Amino acid sequence: MTVGIGHYLTLSAILFTIGVFGIFLNRKNVIVIMMSIELLLLAANINLVAFSSVLNDLVGQVFVLFVLTVAAAEAAIGLSILVVFFRNRGSIAVEDVNMMKG
Amino acid sequence: MLEGLEAAFFYLFALVAVASALMVISSRNPVHSVLFLILAFFNAAGLFLLAGAEFLALILLIVYVGAVMVLFLFVVMMLDVDFAEFKQGALRYAPIGALVGLIFAAELIIVTGGYVLAPELSSSVARPIPDLAERTNTAALGDILYTDYIHFFQMAGVVLLVAMVGAIVLTLRHKQGVRRQSISAQVGRTPETAIEVRKVETGKGI
Repeated sequence: MTVGIGHYLTLSAILFTIGVFGIFLNRKNVIVIMMSIELLLLAANINLVAFSSVLNDLVGQVFVLFVLTVAAAEAAIGLSILVVFFRNRGSIAVEDVNMMKG
Repeated sequence: MLEGLEAAFFYLFALVAVASALMVISSRNPVHSVLFLILAFFNAAGLFLLAGAEFLALILLIVYVGAVMVLFLFVVMMLDVDFAEFKQGALRYAPIGALVGLIFAAELIIVTGGYVLAPELSSSVARPIPDLAERTNTAALGDILYTDYIHFFQMAGVVLLVAMVGAIVLTLRHKQGVRRQSISAQVGRTPETAIEVRKVETGKGI
């Protein structure tokens, strides 16, 4: 029973697909869509760490650090937009967002 | 890469991560979704540890689960939304979505599952991981993060600053009718403007 790079890549492919499917499944609920985006970023991070470990190269881990930074910023901005939207509209349904159309 | 007990732990973490990711997208209550997402991140941290990325595993737990996921939990609990109505008609596109997802996953697994590294790749490594006995993972990361990648590091700091300012600007709300301290007005008071001498007649008030 040996686990190699292929196992890590398969796991991250499965997680990525679950994230993409979650966006379709919960397309009315912005909060769950944002959680699906977090899953996508997590799958990307697993890929980077696995390649860093196999190639014995530390740069992949540095890159994961930056991906985590950007993901944290994205979550903060997205959630504050959500809070403002809920304050104005009283709902978070994505379908209502097109009221901002000109 | 991993053998024996390590491989068993890989399968454990991977199975729990995939199962909790499925629960994230299928759970009815978003609070449960956030909690399952936290479980998925915990298992991903275990996978990072198995791959030798100790610093990132703990950063994922402390910063990501401790800050970002708790922020998610705050927002989900603060927004008083009837989440049941979102589920109505949600399954309309589920079959085609599942079909597309399965094909996508199968393609990705076929492409990446049999991945083999070219032998000449190991000679083109930018920054080899030093021996753990000489330099810990955290120290080795710091060695290159604060030297070769210092500009990227500072840009990451700017990204976080902009995100912080943006979040404050978006959610700050000035309520009407709240009495605030005006320091300039207080400092600008002089005896001439603050004190008034009035002549009071005997037996009468003002």
